[in-house]
Amino acid sequence: MLFKTITKENFKKMVEGLLEENEVIGPRSRDQDLGGNKIYRFLKINSFEELEMDYTRSYSSPKNYFLPFEEDLATYRLNDKDWEQEIRYTIHPRVIIGMRACDINALLKLDQVMLKSVYPNPYYFARRRNTLIIGLDHEPLEDCFCRSMNTDTVFHGFGLFLTDIGDRYFVAINSDTAYIILNQFDAREVTEEDQERYKTVKKQIESKFKTQVDITILPELMDLEFESEIWKKWGHKCLSCGSCAMVCPTCYCYGIEEDTNLTFTKATKRRFLYSCNLLDFAAVARGHNFRPDAHIRLKYRYYHKFRGFVEAFSQSLCVGCNRCGKACLAGISPKAVIDDLIKTEKK
Amino acid sequence: MKYLGITLERPKIGVFDFTGCEGCQLQIANKEEDLKDLFDLVEIVNFREISSDRREDYEIAFIDGCITTDSEVARLKKIRKQAGILVAMGACACLGGVNNLRSRFSLSDVIREVYDRHHINTGPVRKVADVVHVDIELPGCPISKPEFEWLVRHLVLGIEPQFPKYPVCVECKQRLNSCVLDMGLMCLGPVTRAGCNAVCPRNRLGCWGCRGPSEEANFESLIEILREKGFTEEHIAERVKFFNAFSGVLNSDR
Repeated sequence: MLFKTITKENFKKMVEGLLEENEVIGPRSRDQDLGGNKIYRFLKINSFEELEMDYTRSYSSPKNYFLPFEEDLATYRLNDKDWEQEIRYTIHPRVIIGMRACDINALLKLDQVMLKSVYPNPYYFARRRNTLIIGLDHEPLEDCFCRSMNTDTVFHGFGLFLTDIGDRYFVAINSDTAYIILNQFDAREVTEEDQERYKTVKKQIESKFKTQVDITILPELMDLEFESEIWKKWGHKCLSCGSCAMVCPTCYCYGIEEDTNLTFTKATKRRFLYSCNLLDFAAVARGHNFRPDAHIRLKYRYYHKFRGFVEAFSQSLCVGCNRCGKACLAGISPKAVIDDLIKTEKK
Repeated sequence: MKYLGITLERPKIGVFDFTGCEGCQLQIANKEEDLKDLFDLVEIVNFREISSDRREDYEIAFIDGCITTDSEVARLKKIRKQAGILVAMGACACLGGVNNLRSRFSLSDVIREVYDRHHINTGPVRKVADVVHVDIELPGCPISKPEFEWLVRHLVLGIEPQFPKYPVCVECKQRLNSCVLDMGLMCLGPVTRAGCNAVCPRNRLGCWGCRGPSEEANFESLIEILREKGFTEEHIAERVKFFNAFSGVLNSDR
């Protein structure tokens, strides 16, 4: 990997340059919670000033810029006896600024499913290819457990990755495009002093992790505790509202629906992200529901994250961002559930 | 109208007003640019708000409003007899709706307050399903025109419409809204049927439950959450009872 540094002034110029020809997405705050904390999300920015580089965590992950909550897979022009199908993969070039290491690692996990499987997803591929990711380091929040999930650092899957070292950013460069862009804005070779500052910041980040989740034997534990009462305990609180899956950077389950316009001259095949916690997730034709109970659905969500995905790809599907825990009104968080499982096992 | 070469029947539709604000009917009349296409799809034979036709040969009846008087009961039963498919349309028809607020008081007090000594024939607020069999419930206060058109397409094609079973939270998160409960507002989104695209939370208003409960909603959990967040029993009761969507949910109802 190549490293350079760029002053914050020049970074601003770079963002302004990118804004000229790309759709630029970045962390922005809107609203405050009861504690007066800003609520951030990844939204389109129109100027550098709208970008909040000091953001803490976005309420929802930037997943939707790769797997939209709703997307048209195909549109059809219907005529008397036949139809013409139109499929578009193209998207406007996009830049996402400020993604965390956990969120980029989440994309790498999604890549396993969307790009490296038997049937790659061309819609996802188009977005992934046409998006320049500029990552950003941060000091972990109270409940970040990405360290436990081995997703607190990232070495590929982005164009640039920034670490704030005072008046400038220390930049890891991971693509030709990103390299070319960066060099247009007076990026400087890394000096010894830059390197020292970078190491200091990194150590500081490392020292601030507070939350740990023990996943050492989690896949086995999941099997051993398949019938555990803890699923009922948490399932009883679960609102089956799907919030966890919507804000999650890696939940990718979906449904498909088809619809026509009012004159039956056009039709659309649409994919929409769904959640395995929703009541009819496992309902099939004629109405049978394989998972009618909330606690079973909750259990299987955790199974997919911490066991099924491990079996298939030798890694967990959770990146430890705790967005699901934050979004859950009922207070269901991976940390709480897994700690409970471990406690049960030790009894 | 043809669909892939197949000629579709053009069903005859009647829209009927009972006790309510007629806002749902207005929704149908709204979005004028689509009205011609809508009328190509269905024949409106009885719809006081937009047509002087008063034909009785409708096949599908849309009922707007709740049922409060004896004459309304008789009229509704007559419509039910004629209509092959009867759709309860909007919160009043599906749930009783805002009108049901008066059920908290004695009927004679309500009549005296509003009409003084003028004689008025009115009974308890009933939703349409309390009086006749309902085939389809089209929720919302008011209904949304896109959802109405979606339903009409299903009726014309003879496909059973599948309304979302899940709660508003799904759509709210998809629109990247801030959770209004985090912002200190009361919200029934976690137990209310989605399909509204979370229009109220989008505008920083908590959900009032106008679309009725989501399927197998976890009321118990939500009410515990609301209490933990410091909402008073009165505040919770006021919200939960507003549209009459969640009867029997609060202990005080039982």
